[in-house]
Amino acid sequence: MTDLALEITGLSKTFGGQRALRAVDFAVRAGEVHGLLGQNGSGKSTLIKVLAGFHKPDPGARLRIFGTEVALPVPPGGFRRHGLSFVHQNLGLVPALTVLENLLITRLATVDRWRIDWAAEARAARAVFARYGLDIDPTARLARLSSVERALVAIVRAVEEAAGSGAGRGVLILDEPTPFLPRRDVDRLFALVRQVAAAGAAVGFVSHDIDEVLEITDRATVLRDGQVAGTLETARSSREAVVRMIVGRSLAAPVARPPPPPGAPRVQVQALAGGQVAALSLDVRPGEVLGLTGLLGSGYEQVPYLLYGALPARAGVLSLAGRRLDLARQTPAAALRAGLVLIPGDRPVAGGVGALPVVDNVTLPALATRFRAWALHQPALLAAAGELGARFGVVPNRPTLLLSALSGGNQQKVILAKWLQMAPVLVLLDEPTQGVDVGARQTVFRAIREAAEHGACVLCASSDAEQLAEICDRVLVLARGRISAEIVPPALGKQAIIEACYGMAA
Amino acid sequence: MSGQEALPGAARRRGLIDLAERFALIASLLAMVVVFSLLRPETFFTWSNLSTILGSQAVLVVVTLGLIIPLTANDFDVSIAYVLTLSAMLVAVLNGQLGWPVWLAALAAIGMGLLVGALNAFFITVFRIHSLIVTLGTGTFLHGVTLWISDSMTISGISDGLMNAVIVRRLFGVPLEFYYALLLCAGVWYVFEYTALGRRMLFVGRGREVARLSGIDTDRIRRGCLITSSLFGAVAGILYAGTQGAADPVSGAAYLLPAFAAGFLGSTSIRPGRFNPWGAMLAVYFLVVGITGLVFLGVSSFVQDMFYGGALVLAVTLSQLVRGREEQQF
Repeated sequence: MTDLALEITGLSKTFGGQRALRAVDFAVRAGEVHGLLGQNGSGKSTLIKVLAGFHKPDPGARLRIFGTEVALPVPPGGFRRHGLSFVHQNLGLVPALTVLENLLITRLATVDRWRIDWAAEARAARAVFARYGLDIDPTARLARLSSVERALVAIVRAVEEAAGSGAGRGVLILDEPTPFLPRRDVDRLFALVRQVAAAGAAVGFVSHDIDEVLEITDRATVLRDGQVAGTLETARSSREAVVRMIVGRSLAAPVARPPPPPGAPRVQVQALAGGQVAALSLDVRPGEVLGLTGLLGSGYEQVPYLLYGALPARAGVLSLAGRRLDLARQTPAAALRAGLVLIPGDRPVAGGVGALPVVDNVTLPALATRFRAWALHQPALLAAAGELGARFGVVPNRPTLLLSALSGGNQQKVILAKWLQMAPVLVLLDEPTQGVDVGARQTVFRAIREAAEHGACVLCASSDAEQLAEICDRVLVLARGRISAEIVPPALGKQAIIEACYGMAA
Repeated sequence: MSGQEALPGAARRRGLIDLAERFALIASLLAMVVVFSLLRPETFFTWSNLSTILGSQAVLVVVTLGLIIPLTANDFDVSIAYVLTLSAMLVAVLNGQLGWPVWLAALAAIGMGLLVGALNAFFITVFRIHSLIVTLGTGTFLHGVTLWISDSMTISGISDGLMNAVIVRRLFGVPLEFYYALLLCAGVWYVFEYTALGRRMLFVGRGREVARLSGIDTDRIRRGCLITSSLFGAVAGILYAGTQGAADPVSGAAYLLPAFAAGFLGSTSIRPGRFNPWGAMLAVYFLVVGITGLVFLGVSSFVQDMFYGGALVLAVTLSQLVRGREEQQF
């Protein structure tokens, strides 16, 4: 087994009692493209982060690169010395600098150089690009390149760095490089990847996209719940077999729930377009919790923001309770007046201000409606905040505390209270339990169900199939910006949702 | 159940620390007055000296109040001191040289302030340029305008009416301008503490995205703050003209740094962690008592620059500590 470029054995990682990885073995041969598959939370990114030296693994794991034992944990950035390099989804390039400066960035950052011969460096870069059959001008500003060309630059840079150090032709890890690329650009990227592998490098290809993995890789390893579900030869595997391996056999029956009250839809969205979303139409009945999901790049997570006017939409009409709103001109203020509320996923940036007290955060949208805007009475604000805190189970319920003093779950309860007090017609949620501890999850779910029972329409975007199965009456699955499947009871369950995300009929 | 109620003992200790933090500045101000009074009882601790200190710093109080309004919304207005100079110069030229009635000259100065504020707001919110850059540019431009209309000279001849209304007439021995500053301070305090507008400004400053998603028109709030700060600059200029009875084209710029120092120092007291008007006003007098006292002890007046400059860095450091070492956003 001397052709193994990268070999990890017995890798476990525990986060505060939670096993993220359990005795994982993962090996990539030189000259091979090896896929790493698994759904969110399966441990893919933890594995990558251990390799990058970002996480310290539990004792007992071993890592060998080209047969050389590498001590774990890898010091941050230390992977470079062993011929390992990464291309992450954000590419790690600086758009304002030239292609050449981007290529040299690691060397400029780590080596003191006082006489940079730019002409020679540019010649060398041209030669490298020519070797890969790429027509990219090293002196151009990166911002002028198309998105696929940027990805190609990032890959070339990683390959050259990996080959320049350590043994062999290096190990290249591509971490979700494709979700925002159109199909024809994916072909260009794959051509480069094949060339790199043919030259002797080992390529790890992390992706959620089964079709792409089947197309580009020689073998693939599937992770499920932190364990290796299996390694397969992709040429001899069917798509169904891969999906089954990713999802596993779940014995839990779909959750039984009384159907939502019948009735005419109260909220209708017609032909919404914007961001990754293309011509999306949906409707929500009063009291219904509608889930939205899909794979990375499908655009499902942008829908709440487009409806709320937080992201600009190109087109679309929202009808609710007899009113029609032009979504291309939607603003948060107008959305709020029409009875929409948005509970964003990025809590520290968009949800609440940690450096201000709970009382200020929770009363902010109601200042003009529930209180006298020009003569605020602090005791009244505190009383209202305390009452909301009690209703939503905020612990400790002391409104004068800074929001940041609360745990993640309790912060989320405060944000829910902030918005649900507005008696909204349509509640928009993005990853409502992100960064929320297990105990508080149920409180958050209950608050959402309660809002629905009081007649609100709820739209919940999430990548967590289990969560969607638990709280939703119906789930829409998006692919490339359009609805690709609708899952309704009795089929509604975690497994059906995941299978639909991967394009299998429920 | 992660967050337990803090133990009563710890809570009381925390409460004492809070109290100490809130009133540390006022206590140090009083201590300084006592020390200087003991050292120089015949000169420092006289009513005429104390009332002079109170009155003469009204202009700085108004500039500081103007400054903390956009600072609350996380915008800088460094043009405010140049608005002050131009405003004073406009009053001097229009009233002293051209013989306009003083109220009309003052009105013109106020109009100029509103216009400059609108111009700052336009460049900052429409073209998304950092407020520090825009106001540095407009401020320097205004300085040029001031030199131009004054021919780079001090202009006097401002009518007695203004001087009477600002400095000559006194209430309880203190010039009227002190009370004007006090009134403005109370007004800003009311808006900051008791109105939805004040809360919105705070959220625009501390979490612009949170504010935007909460339906707040963040640009409108920022524009309002910038226009108000220039208005305060213009008012400060009118008070300056009334105090001096003349306007000179350069000395207004000397208010900028003390105002920043007082604004930041004030944000460590009374309402720690927020820019607040009473804290700002206290800080102005804290700094000026320190300087005056040292000068009375025989230290040369160069101590003023050292004191203000040192105080600015120290105050920003302190306010950073008060905010719990979180990253400041500029």
